[in-house]
Amino acid sequence: MLRILLLCLLMLAPICAPSSARADDAANEAVVALAGQNFDDIRRGVEALGVSGSPRAAAILGALQDGRLVLGADKQLFIKLPEGGYQAALTGEPAADPGSVRPVRVNNSIRRSVDAALGALRLFDASAATRASAAEAVFKSRDPAGIPALTRAIAAEKDSGVKRTMEQARAAALFAAGDASEADRLAAVATLRDRGDIDARALLSTLTNQPPSVVEAAAAAVKSIDFSLQLWSLLQSVYYGLSLGSVLLLAATGLAITFGVMGVINMAHGEMVMIGAYVTFVVQTIIRNHAPGLFGASLFFAVPLAFLVAGAIGVAIERSLIRWLYGRPLETLLATWGLSLLLQQAIRSIFGPTNQEVGTPAWMSGAMQLGGLSLTYNRLTIIVFAVLVLATLMAVLRYTSLGLRMRAVTQNRRMAAAMGIRTPWIDALTFGLGSGVAGMAGVALSQIDNVSPNLGQGYIIDSFMVVVFGGVGNLWGTAVGALTLGILNKFLEPVAGAVLAKIVVLVALILFIQRKPRGMFPLKGRAVEA
Amino acid sequence: MIPLRSTILTLVLVLGGAILMAVLNLGTAESSALHVPTYAVSLAGKYLSFAMLALALDLVWGFAGILSLGHAAFFALGGYAMGMYLMRQIGPRGVYGNAVLPDFMVFLNYKELPWYWHGFDQFPFAMLMAVLVPALIALVFGWLAFRSRVTGVYLSIITQALTYALLLAFFRNDMGFGGNNGMTDFKDLLGMPLQADTTRVGLLLATAVMLCLMFLAARFVVGSRFGKVLVAVRDTESRTRFLGYRPESYKLVVFVASAVMAGIGGALYVPQVGIINPGEFSPANSIEAVIWVAVGGRGTLTGAILGAILVNLGKTYFTGALPELWLYALGALFIFVTLFLPKGVIGALDRFRHIRPVDEVPPEKISEVTG
Repeated sequence: MLRILLLCLLMLAPICAPSSARADDAANEAVVALAGQNFDDIRRGVEALGVSGSPRAAAILGALQDGRLVLGADKQLFIKLPEGGYQAALTGEPAADPGSVRPVRVNNSIRRSVDAALGALRLFDASAATRASAAEAVFKSRDPAGIPALTRAIAAEKDSGVKRTMEQARAAALFAAGDASEADRLAAVATLRDRGDIDARALLSTLTNQPPSVVEAAAAAVKSIDFSLQLWSLLQSVYYGLSLGSVLLLAATGLAITFGVMGVINMAHGEMVMIGAYVTFVVQTIIRNHAPGLFGASLFFAVPLAFLVAGAIGVAIERSLIRWLYGRPLETLLATWGLSLLLQQAIRSIFGPTNQEVGTPAWMSGAMQLGGLSLTYNRLTIIVFAVLVLATLMAVLRYTSLGLRMRAVTQNRRMAAAMGIRTPWIDALTFGLGSGVAGMAGVALSQIDNVSPNLGQGYIIDSFMVVVFGGVGNLWGTAVGALTLGILNKFLEPVAGAVLAKIVVLVALILFIQRKPRGMFPLKGRAVEA
Repeated sequence: MIPLRSTILTLVLVLGGAILMAVLNLGTAESSALHVPTYAVSLAGKYLSFAMLALALDLVWGFAGILSLGHAAFFALGGYAMGMYLMRQIGPRGVYGNAVLPDFMVFLNYKELPWYWHGFDQFPFAMLMAVLVPALIALVFGWLAFRSRVTGVYLSIITQALTYALLLAFFRNDMGFGGNNGMTDFKDLLGMPLQADTTRVGLLLATAVMLCLMFLAARFVVGSRFGKVLVAVRDTESRTRFLGYRPESYKLVVFVASAVMAGIGGALYVPQVGIINPGEFSPANSIEAVIWVAVGGRGTLTGAILGAILVNLGKTYFTGALPELWLYALGALFIFVTLFLPKGVIGALDRFRHIRPVDEVPPEKISEVTG
């Protein structure tokens, strides 16, 4: 076994060795040329060094670019180190002070060659990111001088993504190369069309001095890029809309329970959301001070805690205030509005009127690219969270005994009481559940909105709109309503601007309620008359 | 329906109070102990303007059962009409010295006056607009809402959406109403300088007279056959409909009338406070107006005036002396009144005097939800 391995190594050795030896030879020759007298020699030396594949090429060329490549007495090249001292150009070993030196002379044409050679060298860098950015630089400059280096780099490239970038860069540079054939140009147009972004479109739409067939192909490619760009921006709008919709959904879900199921107008609902956000703030502060390592998990602590705190406050509100006002919806509205003022002012007294800093865990920051879409992780998390909350809530209402009792009390209070259900308790728990869900929404909103005592105010009208639009007493309706309003808003924004879009949506909603006073998915049957 | 005694008492108190303040402001020396400072005169004028809004709200809420959470929008629209007139009166005395364009338009690079600003240099036209614009919006909105039988809480929520939409709209600079800064720096009204004591006193008297006229008109309306149908609509809308009335028409008429009253209140409010900005549209303002009515006593008209003055006196005191406590006080007031004073101060007074209230507010329908 070992012998076979050794044999393999022996067979490989001759393949590797000569290539590095060749690189050294080429570098030697290039350095000799660099030490030459006239500018032509030096320029040839630069170009030769660039393609030599020598590991020292980048260092030598970089020194030349900075004017630190110097010529010793016996035509030896040294690199003058910025911190003082010298090193031999070819070996990189420290060298003794060579005495009198003069810098290698450069002119503009050599400077250009150095830049091009350095750019080309970066195409062979060990890091894929550097190679990709070097290719991107050629794409931007469209300099045909980069084509040979790119061709070699493409042949050597293993990473398919970087390879594609290099091919696009070569295609971009190709149009300015005089000797490119028509077929090559057409292929380049196709490559750029596949790239399909705004840069490729800019390049294709500004082509000059091209054969007619190429111009035609470029025009077609521009059209196709325009189409796909529009498609992506449409999808991006849908994503923004979903994101806004999920925020609305989170804020409105709790309301769908208290208003939709219980028929209680809770104007302090927004304050439950706000309290959830402050719970997040408190949790994060404690974690920062006592267990900084857990910061990434802070939201996982905050969500259940916010549910419990807001839910407990909700139960307290129901027991102390709401239960005296059942059957008087307008009075409930006024009393809970007063309550919302009290809660806001209480938070203001405790935490101060300014915005509180709520951090975003590392796993929620950043974005992911999906084709032409950019999906930010925090928004994505909120969408997923909203769906989870809604699903959990539906499951609770549908499958648990508490949910069964809630539905029973909602549908026929007296009959439910006759069956032994303690309706006052169910009222309190239902209200607590709705408030708790609002608290969880607050945790999510703390990630995208300012955490201030006014946080809830901004959502209360929108939330009511969502519930009324979707149909009172119907969680599915709330979900559809929230997403519809979110997407509608985001589609109108580019046309009308953010504020006007909001106004249009509000007016459309007011008109919609005239047409369908009970929302998109009204409850049917006797409960409607309630 | 409103007792004659309380009517006369209200008129005497409002007019008498205003005249007394006028005399004490103009007729006494500044050093005198009896002197009423001019800011107090304007403050009283402000309260009386708010009382108009409260009166308008009581008319729709107390007698037609329409709880509008957007009534301050009509108030603000009237105020903006007055504000536009006052802006045009500034003329070349503005910071930029432009004879036609108000300062904020010069600042925002307007080249000429937007078409809807034309005519506002004429006082009668501006006042017509202060009445017509709220009326028109109330007409369109009410026609749509009442015709499709949007009632109760739903109506409250969409009125709130209405004022919210207007709030957002008036915040926009492109609307040509001064954006979020609104309009201020007014110079004179009908040629009289706004800073002068006599103008201030005149405004207070005009507001008091206007409030009394409105009060009498409202009293006449609720006492008429029309008012009786309104109360019937409030208490059982469907039964009234089955009796052959058209509740939506009655509601629409009273809603528009109420919007007009609110608009006039706004028009008188602006010159006395010297500024109008989109904040007046904020839903919180409308809800605060509801609490004035609730505190005074819903469905009593006198209570609305009383509530507006009482709550605002409290607000002035609290925001001056204990600013951080004002929202606690207001919030507690909302809860206290709804839980313990369902008929407001007037109702409590009546009960205290063992007089059976003439205008008994029957309990609202107990809904199926609560059994």
